[in-house]
Amino acid sequence: MENGTTNVLIVGVGGQGVILASEILSEVARQTGLDAKKSEVHGMSQRGGVVTSHVRFGRKVHSPLIPTGQSDVVLAFELAEGMRWVNELKDGGTIIVNRQEIVPPITATGTFSYPGNAEETVRKRVPNAKFIDAHALATDLGNTRLVNTILLGVLSRSLRLEEKTWLAVIERMAPKGTGELNKKAFLAGRSQK
Amino acid sequence: MEMLLSGNEALARGVYEYGGEYAAAYPGTPSTEILETIARFFKDDVTAEWMINEKVALEAAVGASYGGARAIAAMKHVGVNVAADPLLTLSYTGVGAGLILVSADDPSLHSSQNEQDNRCYGKFASIPVLEPSDSQEAKDFVKAAFEISEQFDTPVMLRLTTRISHAKGIVTIGERETVEHPGFERNITKYVMVPAHARIRHKFIIERLEKLRAFAETTPLNRIEWNDKEVGIVSGSVSYQYAREVMPNASILKVGLGYPLPIEMIRDFASRVKRLFVIEELEPFYEEQIAAAGIPVEGKKYFSNYLELNPDRVSEGFIAAGVLPTEMAPKAGKKEDVLPRPPVLCPGCPHRGVMVSLRKLKVYTTGDIGCYTLGALPPLEQIDTCLCMGASIGHAFGIEKAGKTKKKTVALIGDGTFLHSGITALASVVYNKGTTTTIIVDNRITAMTGGQDHPGTSRTLMGEKTYAVDLETLCRAVGVEHVRKVDPYNVDETTAILKEEIDRDAPSVVITTRPCMLFPKKIKDKPYMVLLDTCIACGACFRVGCPAISTSSEKNEKGKPKSKIDPLLCTGCTICAQVCPSGAIVELEQ
Repeated sequence: MENGTTNVLIVGVGGQGVILASEILSEVARQTGLDAKKSEVHGMSQRGGVVTSHVRFGRKVHSPLIPTGQSDVVLAFELAEGMRWVNELKDGGTIIVNRQEIVPPITATGTFSYPGNAEETVRKRVPNAKFIDAHALATDLGNTRLVNTILLGVLSRSLRLEEKTWLAVIERMAPKGTGELNKKAFLAGRSQK
Repeated sequence: MEMLLSGNEALARGVYEYGGEYAAAYPGTPSTEILETIARFFKDDVTAEWMINEKVALEAAVGASYGGARAIAAMKHVGVNVAADPLLTLSYTGVGAGLILVSADDPSLHSSQNEQDNRCYGKFASIPVLEPSDSQEAKDFVKAAFEISEQFDTPVMLRLTTRISHAKGIVTIGERETVEHPGFERNITKYVMVPAHARIRHKFIIERLEKLRAFAETTPLNRIEWNDKEVGIVSGSVSYQYAREVMPNASILKVGLGYPLPIEMIRDFASRVKRLFVIEELEPFYEEQIAAAGIPVEGKKYFSNYLELNPDRVSEGFIAAGVLPTEMAPKAGKKEDVLPRPPVLCPGCPHRGVMVSLRKLKVYTTGDIGCYTLGALPPLEQIDTCLCMGASIGHAFGIEKAGKTKKKTVALIGDGTFLHSGITALASVVYNKGTTTTIIVDNRITAMTGGQDHPGTSRTLMGEKTYAVDLETLCRAVGVEHVRKVDPYNVDETTAILKEEIDRDAPSVVITTRPCMLFPKKIKDKPYMVLLDTCIACGACFRVGCPAISTSSEKNEKGKPKSKIDPLLCTGCTICAQVCPSGAIVELEQ
């Protein structure tokens, strides 16, 4: 968090909700009274491709892109993506990885295989990396679509943004009628050790 | 009031706030959300319409401007090529009410076929180019652009890039202001560009450019942020943000009006700093103009014209230039080697069946711009060319005319792309007695850009029902006698009909009949499953490239993995079941 700017890199696979999660985070930062920027790429990259979203907030944010190796937090919605982006974490940063595995169709060609050692690789580089089984937590809460909000809850532990602001933004940005459930999911994630 | 808006959303907001009354576009990443935002939030005040292509979009916006409405036409960078014909002479006629051409460029080709720098059109057409550097400026510059347009009687290009269009930032919003303009009035020396009039107008635009050069020297769109004078930087657009981030102590001449440049302001700035650098993405557009004015400047030597810039590339450039110490080098650890995740056709995509049929027929397929371009990649590997919108038909025809290729060639194009610029090529095939077979993969939406309507979908951007172009009638009207419809979910039938039409010694069109699985609404039928006892691990289903199919942990006697289907992703299109030689793929019993 040099120069007062916090850098959060959210990564995953097209369709997982990475972009909505980063929208919520940026809005929480804005409502906290901070300058905020976020950047990602839409379009062709969404069809099952890798999705990365850069969220930056602080007193004044210039670049919408995080300099390489300068992420204070990396939040990975998918296991192999956690491994792919772990090098973007800065020394002393926090990486949070959802254990969900999304195996791309390219593995069927036999040329590439899904990494069997993603968790160990990330742990070797970042001993205190956090691994979350958000899918199981969401199932316990009764809806697998709550994965994103649970992960935001986990993320919130690593950021100095107030709980009430998170809850207000989640309530407003969650799909109609799911505000209470999403707030519950957020708090479930936030209470993960 | 403040809001977090993308550059596209902010620009749309600007059109609303600054009295815009008409907006036309053809969708294209990264520009699409501009019109969608106008239609969603401001349609009571601003008419927003999808046009059949960018040329028509610009022409309609020009008409609105001639007719007294502040107007914009929005498109991606390559769309401006399509609209270049009206643009280059539009510069001569000038405008009625303020007119903005929005060009959303795509450095790094995140979702494009090239990374052309459309600032060059500003110089080519002698029109001003504004370059916002964040969302707030994307809104504010709409006001400036309308005013410049009206003051100087010129269209104005508002040039965004992916990192402006799709980055969000905080924007202060305001109320709508309107400006009164009269309707269209006859003025043939201004509006009728025959040679005698155009000669007069060319003189006018040469003089106009001189006035704009003088304006550039004083407008607050360009400003100097004084700091340490060892290094002076000229920069605009998102590159300015990278420069600020990496060189917080440098003096920066922040360019808002990218063409024409404030050359005298730059000359004075240059004289007060030790070294002058230009940081700009893509072409050395500022650098060449500054160098041509005899001002010593450094730029592309350190900041490449290849791909988009970012803070790391700007740091590296200043290290190479000896300005920053090597300790400032970007410091990410080594990247782990993780398998690639290329974009793929969605589960149930109706294009997949056509690709599988074409593979059976062993033909070359000239392709076009749309989701089906993804069929070029493994494992489908069935698209052999992709150049620009509408090119597939001309390509297949030309390969046939060249007469040197043994394999047959077919053209494959989507419904939106066919209407955009395929129909003209098809008429040319018939006219010149070609025998090209054209496959229109008609999913009844513009899918790649996120599900936009077009003249074949029966809905307007403003949400009204409208007439839908009948593709079959259209093809017959240009003289194609053999027009067939096929269900792309039926591989055998599609293959048989395609074979008949490809073998035919006459032009033909085959139109597929299944809609997109995602737009306008998600379609999901009963999922299928793999009977592991019956599966022989031949891999045939893997080669249809469906994201719902993956390797299971079960293997055959040779150790090859059997397949499995994710029931949440499977839409029940049955293509994999049809290619399975052992009948191992069946409907999942619920």
